[in-house]
Amino acid sequence: MLCDQCHEREGVIHLTQIVNEQVTTRHLCERCAAEEGVESPGSLPKTPLGTFLAAMGKGPTEATPAPRTSETCARCGGSLKDFHESGRLGCPECWRAFEAPLRDLLRRLHGSTHHVGERYMDMVAVPAGERIRAADLREQLRLAVETENFELAAELRDRLRVLE
Amino acid sequence: MIDLSLITDGGVGWLDASGPASHLVLSTRIRLARNLSEHVFQGRNSETEREEILSAVEEVARGTDLLRQATKFRLDRLDRIDRQLLHERHLVSKELAGLDADGRVRSGATLLVQDRIGVMVNEEDHLRIQGLHSGFALDAAYAEADRLDTELGQRLAFAFHSEFGYLTSCPTNVGTGLRASVLIHLPGLVLTKEISKVLQGLAQVGLTFRGLYGEGSEVVGNFFQLSNQTTLGSSEHELLDHLGKMVRQVMDYEEQARQVLLRDAPAIIEDKVWRAYGLLRYARSLSFEEAMNLLSGVRLGVGVGLIPDVAIYMLNKLLVYTQPAHLAVAEGVAPDEADLPIRRARFVRKVLESEVGRRG
Repeated sequence: MLCDQCHEREGVIHLTQIVNEQVTTRHLCERCAAEEGVESPGSLPKTPLGTFLAAMGKGPTEATPAPRTSETCARCGGSLKDFHESGRLGCPECWRAFEAPLRDLLRRLHGSTHHVGERYMDMVAVPAGERIRAADLREQLRLAVETENFELAAELRDRLRVLE
Repeated sequence: MIDLSLITDGGVGWLDASGPASHLVLSTRIRLARNLSEHVFQGRNSETEREEILSAVEEVARGTDLLRQATKFRLDRLDRIDRQLLHERHLVSKELAGLDADGRVRSGATLLVQDRIGVMVNEEDHLRIQGLHSGFALDAAYAEADRLDTELGQRLAFAFHSEFGYLTSCPTNVGTGLRASVLIHLPGLVLTKEISKVLQGLAQVGLTFRGLYGEGSEVVGNFFQLSNQTTLGSSEHELLDHLGKMVRQVMDYEEQARQVLLRDAPAIIEDKVWRAYGLLRYARSLSFEEAMNLLSGVRLGVGVGLIPDVAIYMLNKLLVYTQPAHLAVAEGVAPDEADLPIRRARFVRKVLESEVGRRG
């Protein structure tokens, strides 16, 4: 979608306004938006995924790459670069392959990394599910300590305690 | 041509205005995103895999209570007009219907639907379970979608991660995979110019708004779809409670705005709503946008008791049946027919006349 103002650059900022008592949405490129005094997407509460993805590449995670984050997903062959470009992951395994950078992204997108809703395993087999969960948490805890993410480590330890 | 009569209510039961608060809220939608653990996500899968996914989902769905008698629409085998029709009835997303800019339908794109509940297969995620209810009915709509999710999950292996929850192709949907939306009519807030403040406030509490047709659609006729922005970190019930509370608050604001309008500018409002009614009743050519805006005015008039004898149900029906594909099908012409605005105006006149006639 081209910018409604200059009709040259991509309209990345979607501005909702009231003109003549009608709500209209205008699509502006960053330059035209800046000229009109519209705040950049980073400072708006409703931030598109693209900005998060862009920020992901510049964030502290890249400066100090988290260990054990494989370059490509062993199952589907998708890479983090593919994800940055499309905003879509390749397969369920990608979530494990890129766990550390995804965790950062989730924190920014949702303000959390932990699902607290309905658990799929509960429906199938609770004890087995809990076992897997505990093993999973222990692995995450090990990684968190390794990457010196002590805040997360403390949280994981608490959760393990509850579980065990 | 598809036969929509195969679906109960033709799939438009959601607009019968029977649900709670239906003078303000048109419909409530719940969707749950799910993927099968043994398949790669949609963006990377092949035609063969999509067929396998469809067979697996359909087989299991036929064994559930809720989709036993489901009608199946293979979007990839339908003409564009039929896909548009399903989209206009809010039964399929723009993406699944292949109505995005590139205009291509993905092979295997399918809708299974029965009454108010359905599942889109081979959407951005393998399954998008969705329930659509009339009026403001978050709990009822979720309960039904949750029941179908549980039934399907007993026989399908969903991709689930102990920390991240239900895994989705896009991180914006991960966790609960739940998007709950309420389609609400807010002309009072638009007229009193309070709407931006309200929408900004909603953004600050983790909610978002879209237009009449969901993601990527523009706001027409003062209809806003309010929904949860985040899907992770809160339980399904917390997300629903939060959205419900905020929607109730927005409904209060809207009612207050209407009272302010009636108190401070009664003559202007009265003129505005009757003008809208007059145009709908007598205009000889109506674009879709104009019809939507006029219907919004009449709906406001009915809501504040200025226009008697017009049923909300009829306004809802007009909202759906004046859309391009619906009108084109009813009139037996192409949806890009040049005289469609003339046909639309004639259609609206006929419906309003019969309504007035019926009520004497």
